[in-house]
Amino acid sequence: MGVALTRAAQWTTASSGTGKLEITPVNESLLKEILEFVEQFSSRHPQEAKHVFKEPLQWTTSLEASDFKTEYDISGPTVKSHETDKDGHPMLQLTPPSISVHSFSQLSKIVQLATDKRLKEVRACLEANRDPVAKMLGPSFATVEGEDSSVLRLLEKVKEGDQAKETEIKVKLIILLQQLDTQLLSNSLKLISQEVRLSPAAVKNDVELLKSFCSEGEKRVLTSVQYTSDYEFTNGCRTPPWRQVHGEICYLVIKPCDTQPLHITCSTAGVFLNGGIRQEGEENSYDRTSDVYKDLVTLLKSKSPHFAENINKQDFAVQEELPTQKVQHVELVDAEEQGQPQRSYEHQEKNVHEKARQQLVQNKPGGKKKLEPSLKWKNLGLASPYDEADDKKSKKNAVSERFAETQEKMQKKADFSVSSLPGRQSSDKTKTPGGVGGADDFSESSSESEEDEEQSERRTESNTDLPSEYWQIQKLVKYLKGGNQTATVIALCSMRDFNLAQETCQLAIRDVGGLEVLINLLDTEEIKCKIGSLKILKEISRNSQIRRAIADLGGLQTMVKILDSPDKDLKYLAAETIANVAKFRRARRTVRQHGGIKRLVELLDCVPDSAALTEEQEKDVEVARCGALALWSCSKSTRNKEAIRKAGGIPLLARLLKSPHENMLIPVVGTLQECASERSYRIAIQTEGMIEDLVKNLNCDNHELQMHCASAIFKCAEDKRTRDLVRQCEGLQPLVTLLSQADNKQLLAATTGAIWKCSISMENVAKFQDYKALETLVGLLTDQPEEVLVNVVGALGEGAQKPANRATIRKCGGIQPLVNLLTGTNQALLVNVTKAVGACATELENMTIIDRLDGVRLLWSLLKNQNPDVQASAAWAICPCIENAKDSGEMVRSFVGGLELIVNLLKSTNKEVLASVCAAIAKIAKDEENLAVITDHGVVPMLAKLTNTTDDKLRRHLAEAIARCCMWGSNRVLFGEAGAVAPLVRYLKSKDSSVHQATAQALFQLSKDPNNCITMHDNGVVKLLLGMMGSTDEVLQEAAAGCVANIRRLALANEKARYG
Amino acid sequence: MAEMSAMNRKLIQNLAETLSKQVKHFNKTEAECLIRLFNGLLGDQSDRRVGNGLDRGKFRNILHNTFGMTDDMIMDRVFRAFDKDNDSYVSVKEWIEGLSIFLRGTLDEKIKYCFDVYDLNGDGYISREEMFHMLKNSLIRQPTEEDPDEGIKDLVEITLKKMDHDHDSRLSYADFEKAVRDENLLLEAFGTCLPDAKSILAFEQHAFQDTLER
Repeated sequence: MGVALTRAAQWTTASSGTGKLEITPVNESLLKEILEFVEQFSSRHPQEAKHVFKEPLQWTTSLEASDFKTEYDISGPTVKSHETDKDGHPMLQLTPPSISVHSFSQLSKIVQLATDKRLKEVRACLEANRDPVAKMLGPSFATVEGEDSSVLRLLEKVKEGDQAKETEIKVKLIILLQQLDTQLLSNSLKLISQEVRLSPAAVKNDVELLKSFCSEGEKRVLTSVQYTSDYEFTNGCRTPPWRQVHGEICYLVIKPCDTQPLHITCSTAGVFLNGGIRQEGEENSYDRTSDVYKDLVTLLKSKSPHFAENINKQDFAVQEELPTQKVQHVELVDAEEQGQPQRSYEHQEKNVHEKARQQLVQNKPGGKKKLEPSLKWKNLGLASPYDEADDKKSKKNAVSERFAETQEKMQKKADFSVSSLPGRQSSDKTKTPGGVGGADDFSESSSESEEDEEQSERRTESNTDLPSEYWQIQKLVKYLKGGNQTATVIALCSMRDFNLAQETCQLAIRDVGGLEVLINLLDTEEIKCKIGSLKILKEISRNSQIRRAIADLGGLQTMVKILDSPDKDLKYLAAETIANVAKFRRARRTVRQHGGIKRLVELLDCVPDSAALTEEQEKDVEVARCGALALWSCSKSTRNKEAIRKAGGIPLLARLLKSPHENMLIPVVGTLQECASERSYRIAIQTEGMIEDLVKNLNCDNHELQMHCASAIFKCAEDKRTRDLVRQCEGLQPLVTLLSQADNKQLLAATTGAIWKCSISMENVAKFQDYKALETLVGLLTDQPEEVLVNVVGALGEGAQKPANRATIRKCGGIQPLVNLLTGTNQALLVNVTKAVGACATELENMTIIDRLDGVRLLWSLLKNQNPDVQASAAWAICPCIENAKDSGEMVRSFVGGLELIVNLLKSTNKEVLASVCAAIAKIAKDEENLAVITDHGVVPMLAKLTNTTDDKLRRHLAEAIARCCMWGSNRVLFGEAGAVAPLVRYLKSKDSSVHQATAQALFQLSKDPNNCITMHDNGVVKLLLGMMGSTDEVLQEAAAGCVANIRRLALANEKARYG
Repeated sequence: MAEMSAMNRKLIQNLAETLSKQVKHFNKTEAECLIRLFNGLLGDQSDRRVGNGLDRGKFRNILHNTFGMTDDMIMDRVFRAFDKDNDSYVSVKEWIEGLSIFLRGTLDEKIKYCFDVYDLNGDGYISREEMFHMLKNSLIRQPTEEDPDEGIKDLVEITLKKMDHDHDSRLSYADFEKAVRDENLLLEAFGTCLPDAKSILAFEQHAFQDTLER
């Protein structure tokens, strides 16, 4: 046990002289084992237990005389054992506080006597006797690091034969003790190996990470993290060298949010609190004052509840992100695209280690990845067009990507040519991709998707426990490589008997080099081999890693070529495999660049509509179906959509759309709805009469098909003619019926989207009213995913343009959930919600509810949103609120800083925001007090600055606002001085009559100032106004006339003054 | 000579008519073309005795040159399958019947035909030994391997595992038929004994169009 005690036990390091055994888990388990050994020693080895130690073990005990019972002479505080050695010395002697013991039997007894103090006793004993073995058996047995010849020496003694009995016992004893030693060592080794040894680099990383949590605001996790020393040694440590020898790396002062600053020592053994090291010097401040933790985060978690709680949240936020992406993935693969520039190809080729590290970074709490809500919005192509900057970036990357790809491929092919067998029709000619359509190579539309580039290499398990399938597959691949056609076909058929849907098998095929062989087989002339190979590739290409590998090996090029084959089996198998592989962008591009789109479109050409089909025709239909499947996959790239159209795919798709078979319709409609993001397709869908078929299929009972149909209508119904067609084909009712499928969220999102877009036509709204759609929609306002909510609210917003519907929404209790949604963060949703709330607010009764729910304040705070669409939509919604709210002036004033906020929005560059804010200001200015406030905020010069616009919508609302703002103080004069009058006169030349009315009113107000009249007159206002006076619009008439009258009056006064 | 060929033509036409009624996949004109081709192939075979036809050598030449077959044993078996009366000659009737399956056979006919080809001893079963025999040249032998036949044996086991549904270690016709129906690729499991689409097309073009034009 000597070795174990010197090596494994953790002695306090700081103090000199007699060491102390620290209370650490390692020591504790050591002590327990020694205790157990001692306790059982006398019963197990009675003879050895009686052996008298060379020197007694002496230590300071806490035992007292009263603890001892029979077998002992107790005289006062001292105790002597009955048992003596041959010279008559007692084997145990206690003269408090010191005790000396001569044999194991006595040690055992003490341990038994000491009961709950036993651990303390053992510890004290060991602390006092750093090398107990030496004392027990004599100094020659002292523990020496390295060699241990004590046993040998003993053996020699045994041979010499003197004191044979005695020596034999000694030998036994030492063997026993050494056994214990070994046992202790191995146990503590286990414990030690579990410990994490920290390194300076790891600590530094941790500190950096923690520093990133120190921020301002409520969400911060820590207040500050600081090193005590700024100097870093070359080995990465920041402690003084004489502390580095103790393994200490650095000292930190971390201030958590909720407790006192923590003084922490990071050492190789772990991190712990110290006595408060600020400056070097104070010796005892280095001592450990807490348990040892394996890293900083664990320590902080246990010391700061606030930290523990928040760090967990961060962990959670990052981890939870993944599944949601997965879900969206099904239809909306396009999601991540815009935010994320393409990664270069080389990137994914990096080794597993690198990958793992990246994942680690991602999983670290507080990673930078941001959540983007409702990606659906982008995907539809209805939102703003994509960023140009992003596009450029992707171009740049595409270049390097291509370069790397080419090189990689050359290498791959070359590798394979070595392994391919002579005599076999090998196809190892290097395929140089490209040379086709130079510009085509670059720039992929950013609306398309890139799936799971990250997860492409997940396998980290070692080769130790490969499943039996692996070896069987390896054997089959060997036969594939070395067999003639017959053997190859047998091996292929046998391979298909494995569960190819299972990842182990898929990856096994790849890992034993099976993919290369399978793809090479496609280049041979043997139809059977090709079919067999495709049947396998078709299955395993459901795995994303396999897809990439197939693309990397040039499999797509070969499969595209196979599409020309006269054999129908080959055609449809190749098409189906392409459909699986072309799930990521690079693959889709490869298909297009090698003429795959055109060939796939050609596959669609068959006669599907006859009811009874011959065997051959059935195969044609299967070929067409797989062609559609492949096009569906490919159609996620914008350029491919265009290529499909150019290849004449639209009329063929239109024909297949009449097919009675669901399995044909799903890929066809899937392709159509994917392509419907393009205007050309939307027009074609409308003009080729596809709406009718889409509507017809809304009535089928396949949810997936229904979803794609609804989604296609959703995208196409932006167009008025299409909306009318949907109504005429009686598609509105099935849409409403589909709302009952509330469990299928994708279907629900598509359906509500279609209803929303169809509701833009008032005739459709009337129909929906008949079908009681709004009642159902209101029910969908709660507990729905955002992509559904966006559409539901959008539909309600459109529906609420009709007064009757506004009442319906109120009666169904829709106002409250709508107002609640104003607190959301999804911008697409906010645009729709504000619109809906605004539409509802035009009804007095609704307004009362909105007011009660403090909806106007919520709308107002949305003016602070970063997105101009939200700002504008909120400002528009505010207008009817101010108009219809009771005491609206008072209400508006109650929003602290609200008026300043809205006036400042006049600095926006977005026309829609400006128009909406002008409209709102016109409403606000009706209240005199508020008008005074906004005048103070400088509304007049800001409005005047906007007057040069040519946008009629803005002109109209701007003129309204100016008309209203003239009502206060010297604002009229100020407008004139700011040069607002002349531009306003020009508004009268606008073609928009609503601009005329507002402008005439503004001019009428301004004409009350003589200088303005002069300006107007100089700009030829009279002639224009005379025309307006003839208008049928009475308001316009009156304003124009009033203005002319004012000008005339001034002229008269002038004449009078002049002539007298 | 002209009389002779006129009579000959008459004869051929009659024969074609009868044969085209007996054989499924050829019409009369096609049968006639095939007969002409047969006669052409027979060529100047010295002794034109009745019942004679193409001998083994000639037939194997056709299989090799026209249909690209290479395996000697399989070609022998194909000859046997054509030569239904076992007289070592393929008669004109056997020729047309054989080609009917060879070129245009249905899956059922082909299964039957292939089974006959593979059942080397004609006992109605394809035994382990027969399989081994037919597959023995199907793998490239690695000189490093201890037992060069190991791969073949394994291949036989794989095939049995896949096709031997009643687990009697040999393939009955029922086993074979079921396996092929499940997976058409297994039709020619033990060696190529049917022409591929390309050579069929080439042969038919040669036989039906070129012969007519002549």
